[in-house]
Amino acid sequence: MKKIMLTALRMLTLLTAISILSFLMMAKAPIDPLTAYIGTNSTISEDAREEIAEYWGLNDPPLERFMTWAGNTLRGEFGRSIVYKQPVLTVIKERFRYSLALMLIAWLSSGILGFVLGIGAAVCKDSILDRGIRTVCLVFQSAPTFWVGLIMLSVFAVNLGWFPIGLAAPMGKMASEVTLAERIYHLILPSITLSILGIGKITLYTRQKLLEILDSEFMLYARARGENTWQMVKSHGIRNIAIPAITVQFASFSELFGGIALAETVFSYPGIGSAVTAAGLGGDVPLLLGIAIFSAVFVFTGNLIANILYGMVDPRIREGFSHE
Amino acid sequence: MSDRSFQKAQKRAAAEIFWNRRRRTLFVLGAAVLYLTVTLAAGWFMSPECYDIDYSAKFTAPCPAHLFGTDYMGRDMFFRSVKGLSNSIGVGILASAVSSVIALILGTAAALQGGALDRFINWCVDLCMGIPHLILLILISFMAGKGGRGVLIAVALTHWPELTRLVRAEVLQIRSARYVQASYRMGKTRREVAKEHILPQALPVYLIGVVLLFPHAIMHEAAITFLGFGFPAEVPAIGVILSESMNHITTGKWWMAVFPGLMLLTAVMLLDAAGENLKRLLNPNSGNEA
Repeated sequence: MKKIMLTALRMLTLLTAISILSFLMMAKAPIDPLTAYIGTNSTISEDAREEIAEYWGLNDPPLERFMTWAGNTLRGEFGRSIVYKQPVLTVIKERFRYSLALMLIAWLSSGILGFVLGIGAAVCKDSILDRGIRTVCLVFQSAPTFWVGLIMLSVFAVNLGWFPIGLAAPMGKMASEVTLAERIYHLILPSITLSILGIGKITLYTRQKLLEILDSEFMLYARARGENTWQMVKSHGIRNIAIPAITVQFASFSELFGGIALAETVFSYPGIGSAVTAAGLGGDVPLLLGIAIFSAVFVFTGNLIANILYGMVDPRIREGFSHE
Repeated sequence: MSDRSFQKAQKRAAAEIFWNRRRRTLFVLGAAVLYLTVTLAAGWFMSPECYDIDYSAKFTAPCPAHLFGTDYMGRDMFFRSVKGLSNSIGVGILASAVSSVIALILGTAAALQGGALDRFINWCVDLCMGIPHLILLILISFMAGKGGRGVLIAVALTHWPELTRLVRAEVLQIRSARYVQASYRMGKTRREVAKEHILPQALPVYLIGVVLLFPHAIMHEAAITFLGFGFPAEVPAIGVILSESMNHITTGKWWMAVFPGLMLLTAVMLLDAAGENLKRLLNPNSGNEA
């Protein structure tokens, strides 16, 4: 319990530092927030410009600006997004709903499928199945997500016409009229793309771990007792590798978040990933800051869950023994 | 066993002996180096005429004259892809050089100094790994004003944390070795020990780390260029090419995406395979495995 508290505390300091760092970065950026807000070719007078700058506190020294911003942020006030003309928090909330569905499906399917494939590969070590799985995983691991997305689009949406070309719902339909089936239909391709990003790692990891376990003395003993391979894997293998595998999967939140930025851009899916791109390209500093901090919280949550899980299930760690 | 199947098995065994880990590593490493240098040199010395605009030949499917087809302005995709990949490799080399030097310095400093400095460096590593890598890249590139400079700075400044951890762990392990301790006792200064005993020992792990970092740098460059934070649209880069192809893929121009991506994938996979093989070979525990 104490350990978890300490981890949480450490993460809190990191989060604060990330906020400060991102703020500094944004303050140093060569993009003038005023120009970004009113557009480069607006006919607004010099006086009005000055007024807005004064109203926004753009003329204050950086430290004061940071304090104002930090105070507002702590109260949950992230400012208004310039691109979407809405409060940042609303944008994040609304978009994260779409992204969450996408991420959850991709995360679960890559985790479960990867785990099963990894076990299969380890059990049939050096067989054709194993070689096949390994090769595919290596390719998947190296393939750029956005390229995989493009290929998926080209094959399944354009050539075969099985899936829609993009977006989260059919075009020209009111948000309230979109059915669940339609939403799922639009989710399939992006989530497959996203799973491909994560599946290689978890499969190879599971395979490696299971091979180590199968090599151990208690497995030899189990074999000597007359257990067959499936029994061995089921009662001694899976129990030993499940937790490390789940931990790896939770620790992959960071890559997952990067992956949605790419996948959503390819499929023009209205989630948080495409919002990041839009914010960055449109010079929307408040939204960019908000999402950066949100993503950090997201990654921290993943790591924290991984830590807690590990501690809960493995008594050696819970009682503070070192792992070596 | 029949005669023929026996011969077959013999042949396979001979092939397995021939293609041992050392030969495989050498082969993959050679292939990776060859692929990268040829692409880099070809891109470097290529005259821009090779991918000139030619509206009469726009949207040509792959054919002998245009191996990878042409794009919406009739530019030859093969030459653009080579030039683009060579740009990516250039960024990759520069970025991994910077990142690896940062990692070497921070990693050894953390391990040798210990105490507050060690904690601080670890904290910095955690800090950088706390934001999703892609978001961090976007933030830094945004700050640096996007474009070629932005992508270079972003990729160079974000690839050190993992390598730092690796170097730190390695140096810690070497430092606790008996002969290093003995060397301290014999009155050698810290600097001498670091130079004579620790760095040469840590070098293999470090170099492999650099080899494995390189494909990541290339891929991240392509990714943020694809999103629009990297090279501007007029520079041929894999990211630019793929983001352009996004507009035309719905009309069935598949070659605009497939081949440039394959070229990038080949580079990343060759480097990855070379790094992994080197890692196994140089690790005494697995170096003698087949």
